[in-house]
Amino acid sequence: MIPELGHFALILVFTLALMLGVIPLIGAARGYQAWMRSAFSLSAGVAVFAALAFGCLVYAFATDDFSVRYTATNSNSLLPIYYKVAAVWGAHEGSFLLWILIASLWTLAVAAFSRHLPLAMISRVLAVMGWLAAGFAAFSLFTSNPFERALPIAPSEGADLNPLLQDFGLTIHPPILYTGYVGFSVAFAFALAALMTGRLDAAWARWSRPWTNAAWAFLSVGIALGSWWAYYELGWGGWWFWDPVENASFMPWLMGTALVHSLAVTEKRGAFKSWTVLLAIGTFSLSLLGAFIVRSGVLTSVHAFAVDPERGLFILAFLVIVVGGSLTLYAVRVPLIRSRVHFSGLSREVLLLVNNVVLVVAMACVLLGTLYPLAYEAITDGGKISVGPPYFNSVFIPLMVVLSLALGVGPSARWKRTSIEHLVRKLAAVFAASLLIGVALPLLISGAFKWQLALGAALALWIVGTHVLDAWQQTGGSVAGLRRLTAGYVGMTIAHIGFAVTLFGIVVTSHQSIERDVRLTNGASTQLGSLTFTLVGVDRVRGPNYVADRGSVRIDGDGASYVMFPEKRRYLSGGNVMTEAAIEPGVTRDVYVAMGEPLADGGWTMRLHYKPLVRWVWVGALLMALGGVTAVTDARYRRLRVRRDVAVGAEEGA
Amino acid sequence: MHPVRRNRLIAVAFLLAGVAVTVALVMRALNENINLFYPPGEVVAGKAPVGPRIRAGGMVKDGSVQRASDSLEVRFVVTDLQGSDFTVIYSGILPDLFREGKGVLATGHLGADGVFKADEVLAKHDENYMPPELKGMHKET
Repeated sequence: MIPELGHFALILVFTLALMLGVIPLIGAARGYQAWMRSAFSLSAGVAVFAALAFGCLVYAFATDDFSVRYTATNSNSLLPIYYKVAAVWGAHEGSFLLWILIASLWTLAVAAFSRHLPLAMISRVLAVMGWLAAGFAAFSLFTSNPFERALPIAPSEGADLNPLLQDFGLTIHPPILYTGYVGFSVAFAFALAALMTGRLDAAWARWSRPWTNAAWAFLSVGIALGSWWAYYELGWGGWWFWDPVENASFMPWLMGTALVHSLAVTEKRGAFKSWTVLLAIGTFSLSLLGAFIVRSGVLTSVHAFAVDPERGLFILAFLVIVVGGSLTLYAVRVPLIRSRVHFSGLSREVLLLVNNVVLVVAMACVLLGTLYPLAYEAITDGGKISVGPPYFNSVFIPLMVVLSLALGVGPSARWKRTSIEHLVRKLAAVFAASLLIGVALPLLISGAFKWQLALGAALALWIVGTHVLDAWQQTGGSVAGLRRLTAGYVGMTIAHIGFAVTLFGIVVTSHQSIERDVRLTNGASTQLGSLTFTLVGVDRVRGPNYVADRGSVRIDGDGASYVMFPEKRRYLSGGNVMTEAAIEPGVTRDVYVAMGEPLADGGWTMRLHYKPLVRWVWVGALLMALGGVTAVTDARYRRLRVRRDVAVGAEEGA
Repeated sequence: MHPVRRNRLIAVAFLLAGVAVTVALVMRALNENINLFYPPGEVVAGKAPVGPRIRAGGMVKDGSVQRASDSLEVRFVVTDLQGSDFTVIYSGILPDLFREGKGVLATGHLGADGVFKADEVLAKHDENYMPPELKGMHKET
C-alpha cells in the first residue's frame, strides 16, 4: 500500500509542478494578482508531496519491502538500518527521487525567503522552477519509477547495496552534491525571469547572489566529499582521477565559480550583464549534463553506477529544451540588455574578467577532454580512445597559475580604475616575500629544489599574504575593526584563503608523496621514507554482512609507534570483494595501508602510502564553502525594501 | 580612432591571441595524451602500434594468471574468446574486481615481442557494468 501512496504522491508532484509552471506565468503576463500569488502555495504543495513520495520509498527500504523492484535490487535485510536508508539513493531511480525532493525544497526555500521581491518577478522565478520540477518528475515517472512492484513473485531477499556505497562518505555525498547541482537552478530561474521581464539590473543580481553562493558552497562540499570517499574507499589512495563522473561535477563548479564572481560585478557595477545571464544558463546546463553523463553510462568510467541509454536520451532531450529554450529567450531579449558602464585599463572589473575567462576556459578544457572520446567514437564509427590525466594536468596547471596571480591582486584593486603605482606600492613586499619563501621552502623541507613545489608555495603565500594585508588595512589592525568588515568581505577572504590551502595541499601531496606496492610476509618489515611497516599478522573477522581478512600492520618512526588495521572484505550476498584501507590521518601527513592479494607463502601484497598535506585539499574546499555561506549572511541581502542602486544609476552615461 | 574603441580593439585582440594560444596548447596536450583502444584481435594481428601508450583489453583467460614468487609481477592472458590472445605483464596490486573470465582493461605499452606491459589495470566495475570498449565481446557458447 505504502509504495502505491508514494507513486501517487509523485504523480501529484508532477501535476502540481505543471500548474506551478503555467498559472503564475499567465498571471504575471496578464497582471492577475491571485494567479501570481498561487506560486507560493503551489511551491509548498510540490515540496510536501515530494517529501511524501520520498518518505514512502524510505519506508519501503526500512521495512525490507522487497516486492518493490528497486528495493529488491538495492537493499538487503542484513544491512544496518542507516545503510538501508542510504540505499534509497544508492542507485538511479532513488537518487533521482532525491534529486526531485531537493529541487522542490529549493523551490520552497525561494518561495519562503523572497516574499519581499516584486510579485511579478518571484512568480516567474517559481514558475521556471516549476517547469524544471515537472520535467524531473516526468523523467522519474516515465523512465525510472522507483515504486515499481516486482509482482506476482516478490523475492524474499534483496540483492544488496553495492559494497562500495556502504560507507558514511557515500551516504552524505549524493544529497550534498545534488543540493549543489539543483541549487544552480535558482540562479537559472532568476536569470530567466529577469530575461522575461527585460529588467536585468543590479537588483536582479543582488537577489540571485545569495542563492548562487549557497548552491556553490554545497557543490564545493559535495565534490570534496566525493574526492575524500574515492581516497579512502576505492583502495588506490588517489583523491582525484579526472574520471568523467568527477569531471561531471567539476564543470558546473568551475562555471559556477565564474558565475559567483560575475554576479558581483553585475551587482556592484551593472556591468557584464549578458555574460552573467549566459553563465547562469551554462552552469545549470552543465549540472544537467553532469546528470546525463553519470546516468546514461555513455562514457568509460570506473564508477558509472547506472547504464541505460534510454534514460540518457530523455535527459538529453530535456537538456536540449532547457538550453535551447533559454538561449532562444536570451537571443530575443539581449538587445534590451545594455551595459553603459565603463571601466578601463586596470580595475577590479578587469581582474574579475580574467577570473571569468580563465575559469570558463578551464571548464571548456575539461569538457573537451570528457566528451572527446564520445565524439571520436561517433566520427570514426566505433574507434575507442581515452584521454589521460596528463592532458588535464597540463592544461589545468598553467590556467591555475594565471588565476592565482590575479586572485592576489583582486581585493586590492579598486572598481572602475586603479593605478599600477598604487598596486605596486601596496603589494610589492608581499610579492617579494612569497617568492622568496616559496623558493626557500622546498630546500628546507626536502633539501632539493623542485620548481613545482616552489611555484605552488609562492602562489599560495601570495594569495594568503595579499588577503591578510588587505584585511589588516581594512580593519586598521584592530580587533574592533573586524566589526566594520561586511560578511561579504569576510566570506570572500575565507574562500580565497581556502583556495590557497587546497592549492598548497595539491602541490605538496602530488610531489612529496611516497607510494609503494610491496610483498609482506608475517613478521616482515619494509621501509617507506622514515617509517617502518611491519606485518604483525592477519586475522579472520566478521562484520554485520561480510567476513574480512584483517591485517595488523605496525608503523614505527617519526617518534611514534602504532598499529593499523586494513581489511579485505568479502560481502556475503553477491560475494563482492572490497578493500578497506587503513588510514592514520594527520594535519601534516596521512599514512595509508591497503591490502592487495594473499600470497602462496601466507603473506600479502600491500599498498603503502605516505601522503603529506593530503587533508589540506579537502580542508581548503571546506573553507571555500564556509566563505560562500558566510557571504550569504551579508546584511544587504536581507533588507526588505529593494534599494535602487544609486551608484550605478548615477554612473550611467558617464 | 575614438579612444574607447581603440581600447576595446586592443582588448579584443589580446583576448583573441590568448584564446588562439590556449587552443593550440590544449590541442597539443590532447593529441599527446589520448590513448587508443585495441581489442585482442588487433593486438595479435599487429595493428596495434609498438611503443606508444595505448589501451588494450578483453577477457582474462581462465587459468592464465601467474604471480611471481619474489616480486609483485603478474602475468595473465587477455582473450577475445574468439581465438586471439596476448600476454599482459603488470607489476603491482590488481583491482578487487579482477577475476579470471571477467573483463579487464589495461593501459600501457606493447612490446616488440607481443607482450603488453601494463602500468594500469582496470577491471569490470560490477556485475552490471562493462567498460564500453569491451562491449560486443561475448562468450560464444
